[in-house]
Amino acid sequence: MRPLDEKETTAVFEKLFKFTGNNLKNIVESSSHEGVDENAGCYCFRLQKNKVYYVSEALVKRATNIERDKLVSLGTCIGKFTKGGSFHLTIQCLNLLAVNAKHKVWLKPTSEMSFLYGNHVLKGGLGRITENTTAGDGVVVFSMSDVPLGFGIAAKSTQDCRKLDPNGIVVLHQADIGEYLRMEDDL
Amino acid sequence: MAAASAKGKGGKARKPSPKKKQKKEFFSEKPPKELEDSDSPSEEEEGEEEEEGNDFGSEIYSDEDDPFADNFLQGSDEAGKESGSDLESESDESDIEEKSRAIDEERAREEEEAGAELQLNIKEESDEFRLPTKKELEEEALRPPDLPNLQRRIKEIVRVLSNFKILRQEGAARKDYIEQLKLDLSSYYGYNDFLIGVLVEMFPVVELVELIEAFEKPRPICLRTNTLKTRRRDLADVLINRGVNLDPLSKWSKVGLVVYDSQVPIGATPEYMAGYYMLQSASSFLPVMALAPQDKERIVDMAAAPGGKTTYIAALMKNSGIIYANEMKESRLKSLTANLQRMGVTNAIVSNYDGKELPKILGLNSVDRVLLDAPCSGTGVISKDESVKVSKSSEDIQKCAFLQKQLILAAIDMVDAKSKSGGYIVYSTCSIMVPENEAVIDYALKKRDVKLVPCGLDFGRPGFTHFRENRFHPSLEKTRRFYPHVHNMDGFFVAKFKKMSNSKPTTRPSETEEAVEQATGPNDNGTNIKNNLEEKSQQLRVPSDLKDRNKMSDGGLGKRIPKNGKDESDSTTKMKKQKRKFPSRKEISKAREEKRKVLRESKASSKRNKRAKTA
Repeated sequence: MRPLDEKETTAVFEKLFKFTGNNLKNIVESSSHEGVDENAGCYCFRLQKNKVYYVSEALVKRATNIERDKLVSLGTCIGKFTKGGSFHLTIQCLNLLAVNAKHKVWLKPTSEMSFLYGNHVLKGGLGRITENTTAGDGVVVFSMSDVPLGFGIAAKSTQDCRKLDPNGIVVLHQADIGEYLRMEDDL
Repeated sequence: MAAASAKGKGGKARKPSPKKKQKKEFFSEKPPKELEDSDSPSEEEEGEEEEEGNDFGSEIYSDEDDPFADNFLQGSDEAGKESGSDLESESDESDIEEKSRAIDEERAREEEEAGAELQLNIKEESDEFRLPTKKELEEEALRPPDLPNLQRRIKEIVRVLSNFKILRQEGAARKDYIEQLKLDLSSYYGYNDFLIGVLVEMFPVVELVELIEAFEKPRPICLRTNTLKTRRRDLADVLINRGVNLDPLSKWSKVGLVVYDSQVPIGATPEYMAGYYMLQSASSFLPVMALAPQDKERIVDMAAAPGGKTTYIAALMKNSGIIYANEMKESRLKSLTANLQRMGVTNAIVSNYDGKELPKILGLNSVDRVLLDAPCSGTGVISKDESVKVSKSSEDIQKCAFLQKQLILAAIDMVDAKSKSGGYIVYSTCSIMVPENEAVIDYALKKRDVKLVPCGLDFGRPGFTHFRENRFHPSLEKTRRFYPHVHNMDGFFVAKFKKMSNSKPTTRPSETEEAVEQATGPNDNGTNIKNNLEEKSQQLRVPSDLKDRNKMSDGGLGKRIPKNGKDESDSTTKMKKQKRKFPSRKEISKAREEKRKVLRESKASSKRNKRAKTA
């Protein structure tokens, strides 16, 4: 387990910024009540076996006893680095993103299951969308009852969405909670 | 007379009866006698009965012997003739008396015969249950198993055993019945001999059958609300809207729900995937409830996969503090991490160690609570995995027990007895075998300075304090056992310890315990040498006010449980045994002498004098 270096940190923050925008500081600076101390510590990022974890400092201190190859996970995993060196967010960071998301999309109940199988969001399944979404923004996908379902990249801006035909793709799928069942081994 | 009787008969014969008509034809040669009908209904009734009786007797009809038969026949000859004339006449009265007596006798005879027949039937039924003879058993072994027959025999044996004195077969001992029951149960339900034998020893016969029946059926599916993300009521509403038929689990759980049936797959709803609930059996709630983790504590879960209990702990702690979730098998780690992430647990560190190594990694006396849900033989969850019925043998249980004993010592060593809010260890297994449960607890009580405390689960059955030849510590009644046929959850065992001090007693024999009251002066040398020596050594108990226990961590601290009465006799026997060793180690005996002198000076008591004498 080691802290991230410069390059890695920028890659991670870039990706997060797409989804959270200025709320990024919430993520980085939020106080944690984990650990046994009375004072709340901060969160930090650590790299372990190509996975990036978002943990509070108290936990990090305690985890140093554990050998590198025996440490499996700590705190929340937010993503991993591929062999090519690029960083991808995984579904486990959904909780983090959902709280701080700038752009949200709500799905109709009929198309929830389709998204959970890994398909993109079509115009016909779109319930609501936040204003000022531009193409290429990260969006977090919710169900109508505000249950976070996953996240993706907006394919069209809000204006264009209105003009789109019902089968047009609105959000490109990146991760969804169905992966916990479909791809448990890959997480 | 005869005529009068004949009249009576004739009157009776007037009643339509095919038999009588037959007889009439049969005996048509008989000269018909004068008939007079009787109008008295009672007589008619009697007559009917009597005639029926006579129908019996008519088989053995003989003219001379049976006047009634005679009359009957003659009466039947007249059956066609309808003549209604009175029977009453004075001479008839005595006849009537005779007749009534005869009728009474007939009736009595009939009743007796009927009763005898009934008796015969009953007798046949109870006699019907006899233990099959060897020959019958051999025949049965050749044929394919006859299930209804086995089932019937099992029921019969249970019935006999429950009322043994009355229903037993002569010459058959209780043991024979039980042997046969064991054979039948193992072939009907598919168990191996070992498992059936153990179960027979643990339960009375009726309960045994209930237990085995309960193992055949699955327990209801339960789920646990993830209080980090939602409340039970809200979750129940959402699931009911999706078409799931559920109910709150029981009054002892505020987060459990039991699912009766569901239109959607309960393990694949969006709520499941969003981490709002976890599918978990009801028995798995219990060890975490017993553990009762508080906020900001350090908890270790030594065998955490797949993570149901770990996530429950995190939910109770509201993501504060730290949880070390350890799992030895790599293949199960994925499901553990996935569940932790899914349920939104942020305070967990997952490691992949063998549980026995954890104290070295995490440090001794460093955490507040430990949960050990030990790997076991799985005999309590036969309803989930039928292969356990045939695959477990005595060696398997012994191996499991050995591993569990090592793990529980490791668990106890990790806990800090001086922790402000903690100092507890919870041990649980999903097995009902005594060597894996009570024996392990007893071992821990002997080897470490711990004490059993109530689990907080009042609705279970207390654990065994004695079982066959084993005698366990009396506080074992604070442990809890759960059975499928009583509590409708998987077979389970939970025990909760409080660690009293961080010291470890020295190695000593596990059979005898001695806590000898001795003040320890400056005798560390003596104690150390002594401890290095013997297998059987007397223990020194340090009064807590004299010494800081931590310093004497390997200086021979005995358990706090005084057994003074036993001590005396044991100490004398031990002395005799120790005598053998003394001659071979002169230096050590000298050291011991010196120590004893010191002790004698500090406390004068007859016990010590004896020891001095024998030494």
